[in-house]
Amino acid sequence: MAAKTVAREEKRPRSFYALALFFALFVVFLYGPVVTILTLSFQGPSGGLTFPMNGFSFYWFERLWGGGGTVDIGTAFRRSFALGLTVMVLTVVISVSAGLAFRKKFFGSTALFYVAIASLIVPSIVVSLGIALEFRIVDDVLRPALASIGLVSPRGNSLGLFTSGLGAHLSWTLPFGLLIMFAVFNRLDKSYEEAARDLGASNWQSFRYVILPMIAPFLIGIALFGFTLSWDEIARSSQTMGSTNTLPLELAALTTTVTTPEIYALGTSVTAVSFTVIFGTLAAFFLLQRRRRRRAMTED
Amino acid sequence: MDAPARTGASNAEKGASRATDKQRTSWTAWWVAYAQAAPMALVFLLFFILPLLATFVVSFWNYTEYSIEPAFVTTNYQDVFYGCVARLPGLCTTFATYLSTLKFVAIVWAATLAIGFTIAYFLAFHVRTLPMQIALFMVCTIPFWTSNVIRMISWIPLLGRNGLVNEILLSVGLISSPLEWLLYSDFAVALALVHLYTLFMVVPIFNSMMRIDRSLIEAAYDGGASGWQTLTNVIIPLVKPGILIGSIFVVTIVTGDYLTIGIMGGQQIASVGKVIQTQINFLQFPIAAANAIVLLAVVLLTIWGMLRLVDIRKEL
Repeated sequence: MAAKTVAREEKRPRSFYALALFFALFVVFLYGPVVTILTLSFQGPSGGLTFPMNGFSFYWFERLWGGGGTVDIGTAFRRSFALGLTVMVLTVVISVSAGLAFRKKFFGSTALFYVAIASLIVPSIVVSLGIALEFRIVDDVLRPALASIGLVSPRGNSLGLFTSGLGAHLSWTLPFGLLIMFAVFNRLDKSYEEAARDLGASNWQSFRYVILPMIAPFLIGIALFGFTLSWDEIARSSQTMGSTNTLPLELAALTTTVTTPEIYALGTSVTAVSFTVIFGTLAAFFLLQRRRRRRAMTED
Repeated sequence: MDAPARTGASNAEKGASRATDKQRTSWTAWWVAYAQAAPMALVFLLFFILPLLATFVVSFWNYTEYSIEPAFVTTNYQDVFYGCVARLPGLCTTFATYLSTLKFVAIVWAATLAIGFTIAYFLAFHVRTLPMQIALFMVCTIPFWTSNVIRMISWIPLLGRNGLVNEILLSVGLISSPLEWLLYSDFAVALALVHLYTLFMVVPIFNSMMRIDRSLIEAAYDGGASGWQTLTNVIIPLVKPGILIGSIFVVTIVTGDYLTIGIMGGQQIASVGKVIQTQINFLQFPIAAANAIVLLAVVLLTIWGMLRLVDIRKEL
């Protein structure tokens, strides 16, 4: 391997430079627009939706968060954050559990796999409508029965953030979680578990002390997917949140009504949260890796 | 991670693991796997299977201006396909909508495939060290973690009537009045879709490329193949599964999209998803459900066709 690398090091083919240029342009294409609105969200009070910048200020952020703006952002923000964290935890736990199940043989494993893939691929508007209809039917059928024995109030509906909303988000994040678990377990040598077995570890012990430490870095990846997919999710949320609105839903509604940089300020705020979470988790990942490597070295 | 060595080993491992499966189950109770799979199965049952069934059932219901009622009528489907046969060779609303969507699917698929393949090829074969590959790959994936809506509206200051592109073209003197077709147009929709979803092509193609045994490529060169011949005769056949997975993602996402087409098209361009959403807003659930079932059938047929060409599970 090393010899090959050295041999290749000698000259770069001309195509390398063409492709490198293409890659650079692609990165500009990916980041350019987002950088534009990040910049424009700091417009001065008299600035508009496009360049030039009329000064530099936090005016639009103050307007957005001061409550003087068009929507109640604070509430939607807290709501989305709480939902995102819940989805994150559930996605990790359920995906790992299912991942372990797929390491063994069980009846219906193929069906479950295809259902997960289907949940990823079926258009979100269809799933969203379906969940809304399901909850309406359940309300029509079950609520009178439950109300008669005094469990719930006879009126109202069950659609909400932590009922249908949570379910809709899980139907979107779990396929990603499961696919990552597949990728992880396909590359995980089974002899480690068998060694643990041979040394007398119970099922739980071999999971807790052998498998879990090995897959931990990838669980961070699943957590990251869980949170950010939920935090930004909009198509499946559209019909399933009941009377509440998540942050992306507010944002999408604003695109048709707001004509000031306030919407860019909101966009910047949402992106800031995403990036904080991503880089925070990545930092945790690298710290974990380094600590583990150091521990491995001292034990040697 | 030593990709080439790993590819060789993983197939052997798969064979070996299959052989040891029987032994392993002997020290795990049979119900454990079911208990572990149950939470996921339950979520999909409650929030995916039953909702689809509910949609199917409701698509045969009746509705008035005020309410929806259980029934078994096919009027909703008749409404969806109203005039589709009678007006031939002209297009009914539904066919015209699907045709418009198909146009976006074709454009976006071709563009994301061309860009995605090139980017993946560069990362996999021209970037030499693994840390560099990971770093550049991360650079490509980070925008994926931000909101789609934000990535859409971020085109407004660039493409708008007074946007950056028009300003520059005007000041250079290439055009004398601002271009109107840059924003809220077919062009804007296609551009935004490519911007949003190229990553879905890059990831699976890159994954396939990293699994190619490098000695195959060396062998091709040693055998006297040119770079182009190696690409078309060795690399492309080997990354076909990655291409297909990426294509499935892009095609199905664009088919069911309504947000991008709505926002970037200035709410003026039709799409199936948008039709469904409008009907939901008017509380016409049964016809919305009928439209959803038709859309579902179209998507599933497309995937079925594509899946016949590749077994996804082997590729992870």
